[in-house]
Amino acid sequence: MASIKILLDKCTGCTLCVKSCPFGAIHMAERKAVIDMAKCTLCGACAEACKFAAIELEKAGGPAKDLSAYKDVWVFCEQKKGVIQSISFELLGEGRKLADKLGVKLCAVLLGGGMEDAAEKLGERGADKVYLVDHPALKAYQDEPYTAVLVKLVEEFKPEVILCGASTIGRSLISRVAIKTSAGLTADCTGLDIDEKERLLLQTRPAFGGNIMATIIAPDHRPQMATVRHKVMKEAPVQPGRTAEIVSKAYPEETFASRTRLLNVVEELTSTVNISEADIIVSGGRGMGGKENFALLEELAKVLGGAVGASRSAVDADWIPYSHQVGQTGKTVCPKLYIACGISGQIQHLIGMQSSKVIVAINKDPDAPIFKIATYGIVGDVNELVPALTREFRRVLNK
Amino acid sequence: MNIIVCIKQVPNTTDVRIDPATNTLIRDGVESVINPFDAYAIEEAVRLRERCGGKVTAVTMGPPQAETALKEAISLGCDDAVLVSDRKFAGSDTWATSYTLAAAIRKLEGFDVILCGKQASDGDTAQVGPGISAHLDIPQVTYVKKICEINDKLAKVERMTEEGYDVLETPLPCLFTVVKEINTPRMPSMKGLMRAKAAKITKFTAADLDADPAALGLDGSPTRVVKIFTPEPRKGGEMIAGSVSDVAKELAELLKGEVI
Repeated sequence: MASIKILLDKCTGCTLCVKSCPFGAIHMAERKAVIDMAKCTLCGACAEACKFAAIELEKAGGPAKDLSAYKDVWVFCEQKKGVIQSISFELLGEGRKLADKLGVKLCAVLLGGGMEDAAEKLGERGADKVYLVDHPALKAYQDEPYTAVLVKLVEEFKPEVILCGASTIGRSLISRVAIKTSAGLTADCTGLDIDEKERLLLQTRPAFGGNIMATIIAPDHRPQMATVRHKVMKEAPVQPGRTAEIVSKAYPEETFASRTRLLNVVEELTSTVNISEADIIVSGGRGMGGKENFALLEELAKVLGGAVGASRSAVDADWIPYSHQVGQTGKTVCPKLYIACGISGQIQHLIGMQSSKVIVAINKDPDAPIFKIATYGIVGDVNELVPALTREFRRVLNK
Repeated sequence: MNIIVCIKQVPNTTDVRIDPATNTLIRDGVESVINPFDAYAIEEAVRLRERCGGKVTAVTMGPPQAETALKEAISLGCDDAVLVSDRKFAGSDTWATSYTLAAAIRKLEGFDVILCGKQASDGDTAQVGPGISAHLDIPQVTYVKKICEINDKLAKVERMTEEGYDVLETPLPCLFTVVKEINTPRMPSMKGLMRAKAAKITKFTAADLDADPAALGLDGSPTRVVKIFTPEPRKGGEMIAGSVSDVAKELAELLKGEVI
């Protein structure tokens, strides 16, 4: 079994490890570090922080697997109604860099029904190869056939890295695939890099609601799988005329069997622009004063070509449906511009939007916590300021 | 109907603060709570029992003090609770956690529905729910916002998507991960609190599970944390003051070109 211990002869009592422990599991006794085993999760942060190699983290070593058979970087290309989703282009952009560092091919994986033409186009987005599985049962996403097909592809072609969007589909699918293929999987990454010497994918992600960042590796398992947060990576540019080799695979009919049945796909009209996709979000909170004032936000969002978001209190007051909620119990968003109107900035809300590029906050309370993180802050009445902004942006954008 | 609800004890995010001097997490006085999403899973489990009869068992994997979370689950209406706890589980990533929980669930007397919150607020992975269903080889529906119909063989549910929702039909047993929209959790009842106080929590250690020791804890975890750091805290920027129209003009000027 794995174990951790302090090498007392090397420990200088410097307390770096105490500070590094995210679980508060280390204290000092007689100028030496002591680990509280009931709290320790063997995360290794202390071993990393120790400058004197005084903390030893040991993992019981099984027979080393031969990892050399695994190569290439794969991107799972998500499609809905036959349209490849923009997150896939972001992953191809990032995947290209990783593949170049590893000196391997970038491969797109596309599952769907009638996707041949779309598959051809993926070469223009930087894919060297496209694995295409085309079958009517794959038209709309379903957990079981998608998992079965992806597992078969992984077992046959052995990729080194698989990237997948941290979307509803991506997270549901790849979690199952990682279990079935005994792969390491890191969720919701916001940074990816390669350790070229060890051929490791360095996966950086927020934890504790973005209060800390962790870099994660999967040293002894392949493929290395990661889901990636939407809007963080740059889309691969279109290179007209660039082509990819298409590898079309067919599987026996039972591969496509699904115990669950998709009966209906409903698109809600209220969310004309979905907040996880939006580049600009105009968001309202309790300070909007009432349901009717959300129309002001919709107008501003319309002029800016953005979506309307909301804080939990606005959703709880029934001013807007839950699908618009940003924050811990809602969605995490990362737009280029986030305009927070009448949102005080509770930590649970900030968690969901603090990685936005530019944050504008409008609030009548000059001490509202939202101003502490806003790029631009305006103290004032949202019901006056929002219409004024709408008019001004309409003028500036000639709409 | 046998209903299992998997929960996790997490630090209360509201309390998590960064020490500006050392740039590290302050954990002193941080309260441990049931993961917010799991509260919806518990409530839905209790509602299913009220609809269909049967029994709700809450299961958690964690250190001994996670027993508090299970007692709370009982106060909220769960009938039984199981604590899966052993030093051998320390260092588990989502692969090993879902393996261990699946092994614990196999030890229980059968199940029709497993409910989980869509993700935990400390790790935010959303991987353990689907992981459990993959290990148990049962169907799953993630991001469930409504259980429309259910009997002992089939369930019809709505899965929240980015654009709206999907309607799915699934045979039981099945695992559902649930979102906030599914219900409004009730407060613990007086009777529930009394029951929780008296309740005996079943405890499973690694030896109680039919599990491969090499697949547990850090040894069974493909992923490893190599670095933890605090992100540069976001700094507040400039305040724009003036009349409403001046402020609007200035802001439009600042944002033009940069983001719009």
